[in-house]
Amino acid sequence: MSTATRSLPRTIGAHAILITYTVIALFPVILVVMNSFKSRAGIFGAPLTPPTTKTFDLIGYTTVFGQGDFFHYFQNSLVVTVASLFFVLLFGAMAAFALSEYRFRGNTLMGLYLALGIMIPIRLGTVAILQLMVASGLVNTLTALILVYTAQGLPLAIFILSEFMKQVSNDLKNAGRIDGLSEYTIFFRLVLPLVRPAMATVAVFTMIPIWNDLWFPLILAPSEETKTVTLGAQLFLGQFVTNWNAILAALSLAILPVLILYVIFSRQLIRGITSGAVK
Amino acid sequence: MGSLKIENVKKAFGPVEVLKGIDLQVNDGEFVVFVGPSGCGKSTLLRVIAGLEDSTSGRVLIDGADVSVTPPAKRGIAMVFQTYALYPHLTVKNNMALGLKQAGTPAAEIERRIKIASAMLSLDPYLERRPAELSGGQRQRVAIGRAVVREPKLFLFDEPLSNLDAALRVNTRLEIAQLHRRLKATMIYVTHDQVEAMTLADKIVVLNAGRIEQIGSPMELYNSPANEFVAGFIGSPKMNFIDGARLGETARTIGVRPEHLTVDAKSGAWKGTVVHAEHLGADTNLYLDCEKAGLITVRIFGVYNAEPGATLYATPDAAKTYRFGADGKVLK
Repeated sequence: MSTATRSLPRTIGAHAILITYTVIALFPVILVVMNSFKSRAGIFGAPLTPPTTKTFDLIGYTTVFGQGDFFHYFQNSLVVTVASLFFVLLFGAMAAFALSEYRFRGNTLMGLYLALGIMIPIRLGTVAILQLMVASGLVNTLTALILVYTAQGLPLAIFILSEFMKQVSNDLKNAGRIDGLSEYTIFFRLVLPLVRPAMATVAVFTMIPIWNDLWFPLILAPSEETKTVTLGAQLFLGQFVTNWNAILAALSLAILPVLILYVIFSRQLIRGITSGAVK
Repeated sequence: MGSLKIENVKKAFGPVEVLKGIDLQVNDGEFVVFVGPSGCGKSTLLRVIAGLEDSTSGRVLIDGADVSVTPPAKRGIAMVFQTYALYPHLTVKNNMALGLKQAGTPAAEIERRIKIASAMLSLDPYLERRPAELSGGQRQRVAIGRAVVREPKLFLFDEPLSNLDAALRVNTRLEIAQLHRRLKATMIYVTHDQVEAMTLADKIVVLNAGRIEQIGSPMELYNSPANEFVAGFIGSPKMNFIDGARLGETARTIGVRPEHLTVDAKSGAWKGTVVHAEHLGADTNLYLDCEKAGLITVRIFGVYNAEPGATLYATPDAAKTYRFGADGKVLK
């Protein structure tokens, strides 16, 4: 049915494009999850078919849970991701508030300096970071990873959040000041709730690279105690023999926590806007 | 209690001077309106009084005490903002209570003050609602209520009616006027709307480009403006300004208000053609293109039928004609 605001061909066209994109985006994920439930012969025999009664096999999952301490790796990944995320959001929001709210000498310069990190990949500094961590005795600790990831996430967080903080009504902050609220209360109680959608966006952008990172865990914390999931999955990747069942199972499992976190944040994206404060 | 004195206050943002030396005395219980075009510094001046901006130099005294270094919460002021600025996460009641709680007021006292304020502003049915569940007019009443419960020495209003629609604006204006009469508190009100200024003020302060142009009661400003700017700013429709040389006058500019002109179809001082006519019922605004005076506005009380293109003669009331010198000041 065509109406004034919708026409049938356009609706079909839009949906066709979106569905195609969804299929392309989800295909690798589905392939991984599907094959993780198959036997080795099933994976190589017909990689594109869903598991049948003949090829269905949980060997991948039993290997993952049997070999190595995967539960512990998950815990490490989660600790690192959540802690880094917390610090990125906290310090990022605080810096953004200061940059957007207070007039001080060098404000613009400071903003540029803090945003510079977006353009320079932190990996360039790997050698220096490693030396720093060795000198401070933080090698093979989760603290090392949390510190590096916090530094990695801050520039983008500050850049995005300071733009949003500028949009928060000055009147609201001033009303707080007249009512005798401290700057911290104004920041935590008045401003942060209003920029919640932006915080959620930053959280999603920050979280995924941290969860998926292989580089820094490999260099800074490769010990059994501090291994993350991505590093743990390398266990099954051999020079000559690769245990595909186990790798696919580990990857499928690794999707879950990040998916849960994403669902939590995306809910904030949708209902975060608090209207009624101004206008 | 509630007098304000401003001594030579200047404010600059970097190289831009927004306030260029303001001196002002506000007496206890007065309703003072700051009026001026956008960017004239009226809001900045209010913020300096509130303590939300530091002045570059000069002193602000509330009740004789220098408050130049006192934080806003300790100045004994309350402010109502254009955008209401209610706390979105708090109910109406808690919005009003927050400032008092911060100041350590006993709970019973807070309760008592909220009761009085909510009765005064008829907010009783909404006390448990959040700002998002209120209409614009109700929100502004809550914002006023939040100011009232503080029982301040000084009420500051920053264009409180600008976000309301026309009908609501008139009602709220009335409420603010009644509030002032009842509380007998000192109020400072910023607006760019000269109608609000004329209707509310005991004393109007006309600002332009960071300077005070004139201070006076509404009728003083209307009847004896000090200069061209004030004459043009106060009164609606705006005063007609005519080049003195065209009329053979010595003064640089001649000013005459639209309501001080009479028109006649046969004879008069200035012959002109009707360009446009606005029929408002109670009065009629005619735009005349005159040979001698140029484009002028004439306000006629009651209905007056004039078609565009018709020829009319306008005559100014000689007693109510203003003459301005080369510096813009009124010539006596």
